[in-house]
Amino acid sequence: MKLFGLNQKDTRFLLIVIALTMLTPILLQPFAEGTALAQFNAGYPDLMQRFAIFGIFAIGFNILFGLTGYLSFGHAAFLGVGSYSAVWMFKLLSMNVLPAIILAIIISGLFALVIGYVSLRRSGIYFSILTLAFAQMSFNLAYSVLTPITNGETGLQLALDDPRILDATPTTSSLPVTNLFGLAMNSSTQVEFLGRVWTFQVGYYFCAVIAILAFYLSLRIFRSPFGLMLRAVKSNQQRMNYTGLNSRPYTLAAFVISGMYAGLAGGLLASMDPLAGAERMQWTASGEVVLMTILGGAGTLMGPVLGAGFIKYFENIFSKINDTILSQWFAFLPDGLEDFLIAIIYPFIGKGWHLTLGILFMLVVIFLPGGLVEGGQRIAKMFRRKSKDEVEASADTTPAE
Amino acid sequence: MDAIVLQILNGLDKGSAYALIALGLTLIFGTLGVVNFAHGALFMIGAFCAVILQRIFKVSYLSDEPSGTDFLGNPKFEEVYYVNKWFGDAAGAWVQDWSVPLAILFAAPIMVFVGYAMERGLIKHFYKRPHADQILVTFGLAIVLQEVIKYFFGANPIQVSAPDALDGIVNIGEWLGLTVAYPVWRIVWFFFALTIIAAVFAFLQFTTFGMVVRAGMADRETVGLLGINIDKRFTLMFGLAAAVAGLAGVMYTPTLSPNYNIGMDFLVLSFVVVVVGGMGSLPGAVLAGFLLGILQSFASMNEVKSLLPGIDQIIIYLVAIVILLTRPRGLMGRKGVMED
Amino acid sequence: MGILEVKGVNKRFGGLQALGDVNLSIQENSVHAIIGPNGAGKSTLLNVLVGKLIPDSGSVMFDGQSVLGRKPHEICQMGISRVFQTPEIFTDLTVLENMLIPCFAKRDGAFALHPFETVQHEKSVIETAEAMLEEVKLLDKRHMHAAAMSRGDKRRLEMAMCLVQQPRLLLLDEPTAGMARADTNNTIDLLKEIQDKRDITMAIIEHDMHVVFSLAERITVLAQGTPLVEETPENIKGHPKVREAYLGEAQV
Repeated sequence: MKLFGLNQKDTRFLLIVIALTMLTPILLQPFAEGTALAQFNAGYPDLMQRFAIFGIFAIGFNILFGLTGYLSFGHAAFLGVGSYSAVWMFKLLSMNVLPAIILAIIISGLFALVIGYVSLRRSGIYFSILTLAFAQMSFNLAYSVLTPITNGETGLQLALDDPRILDATPTTSSLPVTNLFGLAMNSSTQVEFLGRVWTFQVGYYFCAVIAILAFYLSLRIFRSPFGLMLRAVKSNQQRMNYTGLNSRPYTLAAFVISGMYAGLAGGLLASMDPLAGAERMQWTASGEVVLMTILGGAGTLMGPVLGAGFIKYFENIFSKINDTILSQWFAFLPDGLEDFLIAIIYPFIGKGWHLTLGILFMLVVIFLPGGLVEGGQRIAKMFRRKSKDEVEASADTTPAE
Repeated sequence: MDAIVLQILNGLDKGSAYALIALGLTLIFGTLGVVNFAHGALFMIGAFCAVILQRIFKVSYLSDEPSGTDFLGNPKFEEVYYVNKWFGDAAGAWVQDWSVPLAILFAAPIMVFVGYAMERGLIKHFYKRPHADQILVTFGLAIVLQEVIKYFFGANPIQVSAPDALDGIVNIGEWLGLTVAYPVWRIVWFFFALTIIAAVFAFLQFTTFGMVVRAGMADRETVGLLGINIDKRFTLMFGLAAAVAGLAGVMYTPTLSPNYNIGMDFLVLSFVVVVVGGMGSLPGAVLAGFLLGILQSFASMNEVKSLLPGIDQIIIYLVAIVILLTRPRGLMGRKGVMED
Repeated sequence: MGILEVKGVNKRFGGLQALGDVNLSIQENSVHAIIGPNGAGKSTLLNVLVGKLIPDSGSVMFDGQSVLGRKPHEICQMGISRVFQTPEIFTDLTVLENMLIPCFAKRDGAFALHPFETVQHEKSVIETAEAMLEEVKLLDKRHMHAAAMSRGDKRRLEMAMCLVQQPRLLLLDEPTAGMARADTNNTIDLLKEIQDKRDITMAIIEHDMHVVFSLAERITVLAQGTPLVEETPENIKGHPKVREAYLGEAQV
């Protein structure tokens, strides 16, 4: 079956992604409440939203870094700009998330156009440092000078007396909630089946649908001549230029597209929780999306999503584990051994999550540069008998994953 | 006029830190061709060496005999410092007071070792890999180092004091007829930085080792073809660069209380400095460090800030952007390098 | 008037006069070889011809338009294609993908954004690419990773990628450098085929005399940055000045 301009394989892929995304609230709650393993559930609305949102961020970043090889440390700036734009929309026009997100995409796109135009005049490490400089500049400006727009340290928040021109005047004294034409983002329905109660939240599904669209778009880009040209940039920019192609507009387009994805993610973040802070724009926050993309597998379709999901999931899990939980796990061991194990594991959990992440990241860069996707492919290969056709078919599958 | 001199001094103060870190970065990039995003972490480790030494000197035990009673009437036991016990009270106190300068001796071998371990253990596997991979793995390393420090030392800045004798404020401009009150330690720090810079340059200029390194910076392949084992020398250079960053960290602690994140803060600025100075140019890195420090200092003057609010935050980045666009090889980079 | 006219080109690098008063006229549809001992300035001249290096003085006209200072993609758009000393191809892409890129470039120009196209569905482009691969006998390898090919195959691919855009001038920078006898002969055959079948001008910088004498219709000998002699192959063979340039005066 072929849908939406995709070939058979990709259509299957897309349908699987759609199915998984729609069923996420169920799939991520495999353990019943109250059981020991329930803490490994991930079906909380805001966590699932973060999967979707950071997945979008990473997919966009992958279009730039994964395809063209240009490493930008400044994409968090676009995330921040998206958030700020969305919150301003909430304040000025309406609590409806749609205009907010549209504005977020447009503003971050323009921002990316300017920064990209300047930064892409250089390549390689100079490009990276330029993006770094711009990101830090934006962060500093947001923190100090542009406080009328950004409200500096406190962050931009909603207030009761915001104009909200298109909305009806509020009747209650509490802050209005973000909604899609009246359907509140934080509302949810509960369904009972299989003896358990399942929660399906509007906010998550809104993010999920957008994530699916974002994924579909990236799939189309990967398969398009444009995507081929982006890969040419990474592969051999000199040959590309001597083939009559001007690599500059191609990389700029990729930069702007990835900037818009980041802005979209920022807008969604604000739509789920209407505030925007400057710390989202620091270059180290850019580092996080780099981590996600590489961890998952740069240049692949699923990689960034896997990376985003992986990091957000384990961030959640690891932060919750502390030494009491550890001692519960290891209670069956003799005391000395239990204490020893807890002592060595302790630095890596809870607040030590960043340490674990850093080490994991280093291991991936050193040993498994293709990330989780490459890891998965290697494991799959071990189970499959390799035939000669597979060598040639793999040339087909590598970009598909 | 006083204000201007003061700003210049402030600029040289910060600029010295930038210059020293940038110097190490350029040494590593120029000799090994490696982009080291963990260099700021080396600065941080040096700073924490000073913290560690300070804590070592303050290790104490409770004395056996009570020396009086506390306000509740219970016997009070004194904290006795080990250094006092071993060296006598006067010497002990002196050692604690001078812990920062003494930390130079403590930190130097540690930093060389750390640099050596980093190079042999990690960096050397990344020589042939693209710059992006180098950036990523050293970025990961920087995070790991920073988190380790955070785990052991907490998330708050730790105060480290300069020796009492050097802790005061002096009027520098006296002989010029000006009144410029400036902390003594910062003057000490500035001359320390100059000494280190001079030592590094002298080493590179006047020793055979240094000459080989300079040749390697200019043309690594040829040097290798001459049968000289450049790799071992490069390892030592990494250790040297680490030591420079670390010692800078040590001596800067009284000015900037060490915290787990000072590495990252300085890293971005240092890369910007290196780019402005010209990647691969040692004098460029030093010059750019001081210039940008002074520029930033002037940008934070109230008069300037009132004209261009927030300029102090972004001036360095603006300059870097302008330079990268107009003269990509930087102030003193070699012609033809990175002229895309 | 040749299709490529080089007049009075000079280039100094510090104290070295790399090119001195170079005059060259390459006729349309001919094969013109540029030879000379090492250090003669061949590479420098090539870089000037592709607009990469701007000479201190002089002009380089391709079909009446100046080439100097132009960006690489503009050079290609003008009709000049370049083959590098080490085959420059897209090593992490498949052979077919390598071929598709110049095909798309020909169709779309320097930059085009067709967001809703899929490579797989562009039948005509794929056909053109596969036809070209067939011509250079690489069609059965089309799904191979370009990096895995032999050097000879990479060279064929690179040339095919240049030819599919139907350039008017093909610049070859030591195309058989580092090749074994068999590969060299294959390359000569390929170039002969191109020479016969197509309306194309070729300028070859070469060291290998066998290649030069098999293909060239005119030969320019460069020595110390200046053209020494420009002649047909027969007249070059015994030319005393050429001998002198290569072997030095002491040779009798």
